[in-house]
Amino acid sequence: MAKTLRETIKETLRSHLKKKIGKVYGQCLNAVDWIEGTVPSLKEKDGLIDLSMADVANGGIVVGAGLIEKPIYIIRFQGLNWFNAPIIINYACKSKEIWNIPCPIFIRSIGMEGSIGPVTGSSHHSIYFRMPGIKIVSPMTPNEYRKAYDYFIKNEDVLYLSEHSKSYNNSKELTDKLEKNTDVIIFAISITRFQAYKIKNYFKKLDIKISIANIFWIKPFKIKRKWLETLKNSKFDGLLLDDDYVDGTAKALAYELTKKTKKNVRVLGLEDRSAGFSRSKDNLSPNFERIRKEVYKIIKK
Amino acid sequence: MNYRLNVFKKASLCRNFELSTSDHINSGKIYVPTYVSTGQEFISSSLSIISKTKKIKPLLFGQHRCHSIYLSFGGKIDYLIDELLGRDTGINKGFSGSASVGNSKINMYGHDGLMGSNGPIGVGACFASKKPTIIFLGDAAVEEDYVLGAMGWASKKKLPLIFVIEDNNFSIATEKAVRRNWEIKDIAKSFKIKAFDIKDCPLEIKYKSKYFFKQPILLNIFTNRINEHRGGESLKKNKYDRYLIEMKKIGKKATIIDQKFKKLIEKLWQKRLEKR
Repeated sequence: MAKTLRETIKETLRSHLKKKIGKVYGQCLNAVDWIEGTVPSLKEKDGLIDLSMADVANGGIVVGAGLIEKPIYIIRFQGLNWFNAPIIINYACKSKEIWNIPCPIFIRSIGMEGSIGPVTGSSHHSIYFRMPGIKIVSPMTPNEYRKAYDYFIKNEDVLYLSEHSKSYNNSKELTDKLEKNTDVIIFAISITRFQAYKIKNYFKKLDIKISIANIFWIKPFKIKRKWLETLKNSKFDGLLLDDDYVDGTAKALAYELTKKTKKNVRVLGLEDRSAGFSRSKDNLSPNFERIRKEVYKIIKK
Repeated sequence: MNYRLNVFKKASLCRNFELSTSDHINSGKIYVPTYVSTGQEFISSSLSIISKTKKIKPLLFGQHRCHSIYLSFGGKIDYLIDELLGRDTGINKGFSGSASVGNSKINMYGHDGLMGSNGPIGVGACFASKKPTIIFLGDAAVEEDYVLGAMGWASKKKLPLIFVIEDNNFSIATEKAVRRNWEIKDIAKSFKIKAFDIKDCPLEIKYKSKYFFKQPILLNIFTNRINEHRGGESLKKNKYDRYLIEMKKIGKKATIIDQKFKKLIEKLWQKRLEKR
């Protein structure tokens, strides 16, 4: 049976510690299964380091570790980056360029959603996106996770992984679905990638061709030639889906695609409002219905 | 006496470098924001001699007022001059200017400009490497919440590091009493860190060296910044000048050392300026 993403992450961490490449840092790591079951049951002597609850300081402590080794840093909710990011972005990401001292960090930042309030919900990769020196990926499959880790081991960068807890049970690889004479091409990031497939199947029944481009590399934004060809030849606008607010990564990537093809690319992400805890106040990644409506708007039906 | 003299030699290098730096700020040759450590030289000078005596090459995490740290621990003078002049031949190719100097050869890590960020970064590097570490902070930087969080964790992990607080009483020009009603020594003690209030006298620093690099300790060192926060101008009211006090105590030898460094630094500046 194929391994799930959860098992792949757990294995990656275990191997990282066993090979003594660096320690794994985070909060509440020793609490059983707290980090969505992605952390092996190990102790400080094995290199699993529980930090205090001082988020801003913790970001800095891991940067210090990055000057010495190759640490993995687990941020339990992506929203906690509002506290964790400042020293990572302003020191680790600049260290090699300014002082010629690399400061690699593998940041596992976990997106969650559904009744968890105004800060901790969804993805927040846009906090990092605008700054130089950072690399950002959003792995949703076991192979993508392995690819991200291999990149980290072979390079000296700060690598931000925009993870999403709802992908952890996934064991399948997600491949691009690029149709000839497509009506609409969807570029999807993070958890929205799973919705994109459902949308494709829905519109297929209506004889509307939807193509899917899976965005794994967010920064640098790695654009495949075939994506551009499909977008150029598509009948209507493109659509980019994100699990973050659209005034950040989503619009920036859409701009890059438009610049290269002269085709309009719309964006859909979290709504431009605060999230609350109740279901009626939640602000989630674009669901099937929102995407379906947006596609209808695009094809003007 | 050897210790005191050796510390003075380092301090004299730093003092004469900073005096020249001030001249070149005032003449407009240095255009980057520059933070001279005139008046505060004896802290890094003493620590460098103590480290050398202990045969320890500590990891160094300084802040914006960092010239004395760089020079005391053996950084090359001409590279720093070029850095202040904004040249590609500077120690950090013009990236760090005066405030962010780093040099891996002397284990000195540069500063990013977020006050106090070197607190947690130094703690993390010390934890990961288990190497002796010195973190230099100012009396203002220790007010940053993340410095306190890092201090608490350093205590929990019993790290071999020194928190050195260069307490000149000012955040730019705002006195400590305006900003807070607590002392960092008391805070450190509440974190179960050995902590002391001392003067920037080399002997006082040496007396505390028996505690160095075993467990975290904090030295809140009262010192006097002779210049303005930034730039080459001297403050109108100055409390004291440790350099003059030490010169008087050491006597003629100190005057000879001072003259020697004065000439050396002037010559080096001239040489670098001619290169342009």
